[in-house]
Amino acid sequence: MRDILFSALKGRQADYIEIRLENSNSSRLVYRGERLEEAGRSSSTGGNVRALVKGGWGFVSFNSLDNLGDHVAIAVEQARQVGREESKFSQVAAIDDRVEAAYGKNPLDIPLSTKKAILDEYNKLMLGTSGVQTTSIGYTDSRKTVTLANTDGAFIGQSRIDVNLRLSAIASSDGDVQQVGVSIGSKGDFSVVENLHDRVKEIAKRAVALLSAPQVQGGNYTVVLDPVLAGVFVHEAFGHLSEADHIYENQQLREIMVLGKRFGGKHLNIVDGAAVPGLRGSYKYDDEGTPATKTYLIKEGVLNSRLHSRETAAKMNEKPTGNARAINYQYPPIVRMTNTYIEPGNTTFEDMIGDIKEGMYAREWYGGTTSLEMFTFSAGEAYMIRNGRIAEMVKPVVLTGNVFSTLDNIDAIGNDLDMNQGGGCGKAGQSPLPVSNGSPHIRIRSCLVGGK
Amino acid sequence: MEEILEIARKACESAEVFHLVSKRTPVQFEANRLKQIQTKEAVATALRVTKNGRMGFAQASGPIKPQELVDMALETSEFGFKIDFQFPPLRSFDKLDIYDPAVEKIKLDDMVGLGQAIIDAVCSHTPGILCEGGVSRGTAEIAIANTSGGRAGYKRTAYSISMDGQLVRDGDILYVGDIRSSCRPITEHKPVITEITRQLELARNNATIRSGSLPAIFTPFGVAGALLAPLISAFNGKTVLDGASPLRDKKGQKIFDQRFSFRDDPTLPFQPGSTPFDDEGVPARRNTLVDKGVVKQFYYDLHTAALAGTASTGNGNRSGGMPSPSTHALVIDPGQAPPDDMLKDIKEGIIIEQLMGAEQGNILNGDFSGNVLLGYKVENGNITGRVKDTMVYGNVYELLKNIVAIGNDARWIAGYVNTPSIYCSSIAVSSKQ
Repeated sequence: MRDILFSALKGRQADYIEIRLENSNSSRLVYRGERLEEAGRSSSTGGNVRALVKGGWGFVSFNSLDNLGDHVAIAVEQARQVGREESKFSQVAAIDDRVEAAYGKNPLDIPLSTKKAILDEYNKLMLGTSGVQTTSIGYTDSRKTVTLANTDGAFIGQSRIDVNLRLSAIASSDGDVQQVGVSIGSKGDFSVVENLHDRVKEIAKRAVALLSAPQVQGGNYTVVLDPVLAGVFVHEAFGHLSEADHIYENQQLREIMVLGKRFGGKHLNIVDGAAVPGLRGSYKYDDEGTPATKTYLIKEGVLNSRLHSRETAAKMNEKPTGNARAINYQYPPIVRMTNTYIEPGNTTFEDMIGDIKEGMYAREWYGGTTSLEMFTFSAGEAYMIRNGRIAEMVKPVVLTGNVFSTLDNIDAIGNDLDMNQGGGCGKAGQSPLPVSNGSPHIRIRSCLVGGK
Repeated sequence: MEEILEIARKACESAEVFHLVSKRTPVQFEANRLKQIQTKEAVATALRVTKNGRMGFAQASGPIKPQELVDMALETSEFGFKIDFQFPPLRSFDKLDIYDPAVEKIKLDDMVGLGQAIIDAVCSHTPGILCEGGVSRGTAEIAIANTSGGRAGYKRTAYSISMDGQLVRDGDILYVGDIRSSCRPITEHKPVITEITRQLELARNNATIRSGSLPAIFTPFGVAGALLAPLISAFNGKTVLDGASPLRDKKGQKIFDQRFSFRDDPTLPFQPGSTPFDDEGVPARRNTLVDKGVVKQFYYDLHTAALAGTASTGNGNRSGGMPSPSTHALVIDPGQAPPDDMLKDIKEGIIIEQLMGAEQGNILNGDFSGNVLLGYKVENGNITGRVKDTMVYGNVYELLKNIVAIGNDARWIAGYVNTPSIYCSSIAVSSKQ
């Protein structure tokens, strides 16, 4: 393999070329209510070539590994048609390494019948809850091997195993329909999918309870976010703005996002890093062959660093951080998050809610999105806080903020960091990319909440 | 394909092979300049088999040995659902124009020129704006074969232009954009420029809006982004079957305003959502979902239709797994109101162009809430500027029951929905001010 790749790369007129080959296998189980709607297996083989000539890029993706040399030639020719300036691309030491998939309880060793039996139990628990109309379950596990070779001489093979489960209970009465879901994931450990019976019962009960929960009045509230929702918040509110590909070609944004600028209080530290071990966004090398790092995006409230590919790092005269990722061989790598979190502080949950006269406690998540400046994130469950205590449950809410004010409105950070491994991130058509995010409980003063 | 079917026929009771070959060539612009040219080729094969009365499924991207694919499908059939339908004996289909050989002949230079012409015009209208987007051409060939006999296939071409502009001013970021697509080459760049500069003009100044219940106009982009997802979910035969659709027992009832009619229409020539048959080989057809406010029909694939005791409506589509019900191209009937006339009687109101987060709520019951990413304030019949840091909350069924007017400005959004502006009597607005 090595010889085939390097001989295809040899003697080309380009500033940089890489070839990525990929092979993956996955299993999938999908339920709707009592029905197992899909038990399926899939396999995928393909690859791509990316070439850089005078600052312009060519990219070719394919399924057949025959004619690799032709694919390289087309990518180089396309890059040549684009390139008009000097290429800028950070140097990274050429690495020769093989990384085997790390796993706990390997999902690939577990028969489909066992996986089905576990999901059957959860499904029965939800469907057996009085008031639950139906359910939705999606389970996937996959093993993927990616081989990278580039004109620097790097030759890296990496395998990973991914496990993902989403369960939803749907309750209905008098034309109203409410749902509560939970997402679970891991990098190659099936045991996270086991022993969820109590959690599953809980989401079913909550879906039913939501039918009688009131809708909140929209407006500005003091909100407390649980670690799961605060993780989604930090991903949307700041993570995406830290991706240098949003900034590097934009002079005005570069001025706004200058390192050293204050975004929050001294207690605020935000980290992203694939080098943080054992999480769903962890890896040893990114898809450009750069070793993973741990990056402080915000340190003591101040913009400290950002996430880079080799191109964005070179263009901004900063160091590559190992954040260039592609969801599969059909796409070029772009700057992505990995494991993103707010570091713990020292406020207890009781202290955090203790002095709130009227506010909201928002937990779990449906989703989130950002326009860099403004962002939204939605809670899976929500409660009013009244006179320092958690009060009645309300229907789930969508919250919004503005990066230039909301981070500064975080006035308390808990001591209970927890990582959510069930999420997937979407960017430029590449979705869902395995990431994790997390936080301790946090409190935000004056957060805008949608409502009647 | 035939080889897979032969091997499967020996080992199974019945089988169906779905085969897709596609090639796409996008040229991409970043920061007002050409950045990347791509060529993407893909081959995918999916196999459904029935064994001992149960359904098995396997798929492969890229090359795979036929025997291996059959074995994978057989392995899953042990757990699959009990089959309740037959693979249809494929027949001939009405001719539909979705292939234009001119698309394959377009030169890369012409695609680059088209994108650059749009960027140059937008930049000269608004200096400092950064455009990002692309022009793409592609072809796809789809073939289906099953053990009930017959073979069917079609070839389609696709061409699209998408362009977004980002304008940063004093810690304030404005996004504008447009997207057009067709099965034929798009050579006219002016409509995209006109749309983007229209948005820029309206958003030139920022305006403050009060919290409260206000009249709201959803532009075609606003309808597509904020109102459609709950409807697509509610009319899905599977959601109806599961009892999770608020419309499950509403067939024949008037749920929406008299003027609201919408349908799924895959029969229009040269539209990217058009197709002669769905991904299970069932003829695709025009399917009226709502007629004059009355719920008429839901949409089904073969399996869901069998469970519901009805027939497939030709909506079995594949998006990464087994076929499931999905729409092809939604069309909302236009009204008579010119967009400018709709504003005239509004004392204070909001126009919603882009809503962020709308799909993140409980779409099952029609509730949505989102941040107005691009929207304008209406004051005494005039648009006074862009609204920011503002949330709206509404319920699709309430809004579409209380329509004030429907615009005569219907247009395609990304080729999958054709909609006019819709003026609704009120929406809950929460503002940061």
